[in-house]
Amino acid sequence: MSTPPRPDAARRPGELTARELLRWAWRQLTSMRTALLLLLLLALAAIPGSVIPQADVDSLAVTRWKDEHPKLTPVYEKLDLFSVYSSPWFSAIYLLLVLSLVGCIIPRLFVYYRALRAQPPQAPRNLSRMPVQASYTTDLAPADVLDRARTVLGRRHRLRVAGDGDDYVAAERGYVREAGNLVFHLSLLIVLAGVGMGSLLGYQGGVILVQGSTFSNNLTQYDDFKPGGLFRQGQMKNFRFSVDDFSIDWLKDGPRFGQARKFEAALTYRVGKGEPREYGLKVNHPLELDGTDVFLIGHGYAPVITVRDGTGQVVHTGPTVFLPRDASFLSYGVVKVPTAKPGQIGLDGLFFPTFEMVDGNPVTVFGDDLNPTLSMLAYTGDLGLDDGRSQSVYVLDKAKATPITQEDGKPLRVDLQVGDTVELPDGLGSVTFERVDPWIRVQISQTPGKEVALLGVILALIGLCCSLFIRPRRVWVRAVPVGHGDPGDPAAAGEGTMDGTGGTEPMTTRVEVAVLDRSGNGEMDEILTTVLSQLQEASQS
Amino acid sequence: MSNTAWETLSNQAVGAAGIVYFVALVVYLAEWAALRQPAAERVLVGAGSAEASDGAAAPEASSPGAAAPRAARVAFLGRLGLLLTAIACAAHFVALVGRGMAADPNRVPWGNMYEFTLSGTFVVALLYLVLYKKFALGWMGPLVVGFVVATLMVAVIWLYDAVAPLTESLNSPWLVIHVISAVIATGAFSLGGIVSIVYLVRMRAQRRAAAAGTELGGWLARVPQLDALDRLAYRVHAFAFPVWTFAVLITGPIWAHEAWSRYWNWDPKEVWAFITWVVYAGYLHARATAGWKGRKAAVLALVGVATLWFNFIGINYFSTTSQHSYAAERVVDATTGAAGQVVEATIGSVAEPLF
Ligand code: HEM
Repeated sequence: MSTPPRPDAARRPGELTARELLRWAWRQLTSMRTALLLLLLLALAAIPGSVIPQADVDSLAVTRWKDEHPKLTPVYEKLDLFSVYSSPWFSAIYLLLVLSLVGCIIPRLFVYYRALRAQPPQAPRNLSRMPVQASYTTDLAPADVLDRARTVLGRRHRLRVAGDGDDYVAAERGYVREAGNLVFHLSLLIVLAGVGMGSLLGYQGGVILVQGSTFSNNLTQYDDFKPGGLFRQGQMKNFRFSVDDFSIDWLKDGPRFGQARKFEAALTYRVGKGEPREYGLKVNHPLELDGTDVFLIGHGYAPVITVRDGTGQVVHTGPTVFLPRDASFLSYGVVKVPTAKPGQIGLDGLFFPTFEMVDGNPVTVFGDDLNPTLSMLAYTGDLGLDDGRSQSVYVLDKAKATPITQEDGKPLRVDLQVGDTVELPDGLGSVTFERVDPWIRVQISQTPGKEVALLGVILALIGLCCSLFIRPRRVWVRAVPVGHGDPGDPAAAGEGTMDGTGGTEPMTTRVEVAVLDRSGNGEMDEILTTVLSQLQEASQS
Repeated sequence: MSNTAWETLSNQAVGAAGIVYFVALVVYLAEWAALRQPAAERVLVGAGSAEASDGAAAPEASSPGAAAPRAARVAFLGRLGLLLTAIACAAHFVALVGRGMAADPNRVPWGNMYEFTLSGTFVVALLYLVLYKKFALGWMGPLVVGFVVATLMVAVIWLYDAVAPLTESLNSPWLVIHVISAVIATGAFSLGGIVSIVYLVRMRAQRRAAAAGTELGGWLARVPQLDALDRLAYRVHAFAFPVWTFAVLITGPIWAHEAWSRYWNWDPKEVWAFITWVVYAGYLHARATAGWKGRKAAVLALVGVATLWFNFIGINYFSTTSQHSYAAERVVDATTGAAGQVVEATIGSVAEPLF
């Protein structure tokens, strides 16, 4: 871990001053004030990440932002403002905080350990000078009063072992408060460890699967994959699953018209060489396979498009994944057929789940596929697939391709409804829209350490509650004999009359009770009243 | 009862609660006004400061024997205000139940911002009533009721939303646990914020009064001493903080893990929940740090409550990237995030799809 920033002065004169300075710096770093300032700094440092798009959260938004702010982008990049939470400056703050925490809490552990073994401290010489105190007189002998006090307080306090001739009882309770405080702070380290494990050892991957397809868990099958820094391929578990069916419930009326619910993908999965099993994968109900979690996080449409080339040969057929552009599920997709003869064929365009012309504009009025319609443009020429560069399946490289045109010279629109076929001009072939299959997007991830982090926060919460709700306090009860004839006012009885003066007179006992709040938040007067009434009740019985 | 009947009932109950809260506020203000008079009187007799101008009614009131009926009137108004607050709170509860029953399927009434605000203000009012006796909170009445009325008005005017089924990702048992704890913590933090404001106001008034050589008058004289206020604020915050911890650092991540596959995503809503948490941790530290006790701690508590409400209202309007469904209807989707990236890499801005 990094040492606190050390002023250059540290290297000046003798070794001793350097050491002193270090010690001074360490004391500063581990002081409550520094902890407080670092906490506020951490809060402040977290703000930019909520205003500026973050690459980890929404990389698309980052790209868009960069396009809109070409001047600011380099500055922001230098300041890591697109990845605030993994930036060196953000890390520096919380690492300093951790350092401060360790430096603050570890010594307190020892102090606490000693306090646990020590006895409650002696009663102060003069209880009547304590801020919260009271006294009364009773006919009971001092020894009896102290016995009672021991019973009453002994139930919920730790008592100081009485020494010879002690005229008081000393009691203390609430040790758990500091224990809670220590547990809370140390648990934060556990949380940090858990989170760290997750980001170093885990991975997250996503894949789009059309209904009917099968996924087996190896790297090549993922569309995208984000491994942690210490990820090893060996940790990928051996499982496979197929998407047998996907169903949705679309709301056809009410204020949420058009919203979809009850997404469910029927999976058949198999872990290793185990039996095939079935699972209904739903939002909020991930499937855990041998420590790897599978989540349903998106869905869309894959029109099944068949392309025949000029020779009448089927050169392409199958579901083509279209990506939704907005909540209406208007989707965009691409078909590439480099093997078609006489010329390559490329298609790109839109899919309308429920097509309708509204005011002369083609729109989709609903997310469900009630009137599925394709509207695409066709291209021929070189689709750029032959030069070995990898290409996204969702992008059509039109650099060397030309639009296929109609006789009037306008680009040919391939508008299709299910079952339709459009012939391409110049004997290039034909395009058929067979049907629509749904696809789902699943996220597959391993998050090692998530249980550690959870355990950490739960421990922290328990510690926190102990620390906040347990009110440590000390109680002292002193009983001294006084002469019976003394004035009734106990306060006026004063210190001077400790040993009863009138030897022949019957003795009474003056009882002094003081309570000390160690947290600064208790309602001490209430507690004093309770203790008093318990003592007096006990003495009456 | 049909769903629409429940919804109507809920709307009517909100209206009724609002009106009764408002009447309670008026009664409390009358109580305040009644309290001011003796103070003005004192001032007239005493140093004769600027406050004397407030004492229009003072001369007649200063006749001997007027004090006792006035005290009785103050006490009566206080009791009446409390009773009205309790009635309004009951109507408020009916409004919440109505929202839940109006939904199909029935559900907890915190599916959108309107409902969350309704629930949060209910918690404020309820906590006030529950703690009234234990902490002798009579002095706080007008502030609490004023806050509740104002917030309810904002909710009805700007946040209203018809009853609707939950979006899919909200449809989880964790919604119940996570949001109820968030609502309770929000209500309690708001209450704590009110106490901290009063702390600062009283501190200032005391300083001024001391400078002018006068005593604190009127309503402020009834407010507890500074150290008692500080302790009260601490207790309320000490209750709210663990609840908030439970809401945002335990149930939130568990739920996020189930719905979005990542338990912590630094989504703006999460960021601000974290900021709120850290600021309140700072507040608790401040109370144990020399030089930060009292005033600075109270200011921190107010910063905390500001971040809390900003997160709830502000983020929903300013942030476009929040996954939390209270913010627009973007819900589940980090979705095609990745597939989207593939697109984005070349053709630029294809908006990401929603779930
Ligand atoms: C990681 C950031 C930290 C957080 C979130 C945090 C949070 C808290 C909270 C919520 C409390 C209140 C519990 C109570 O009042 O008993 C507390 C108390 C305390 N913290 Fe921290 N803390 C952090 C770091 C530190 C550091 C770095 C130090 C030491 C320099 C420290 C020292 C203390 C002490 C001594 C108390 C007890 C105060 C008392 O006796 O009332 N904390 N902390």
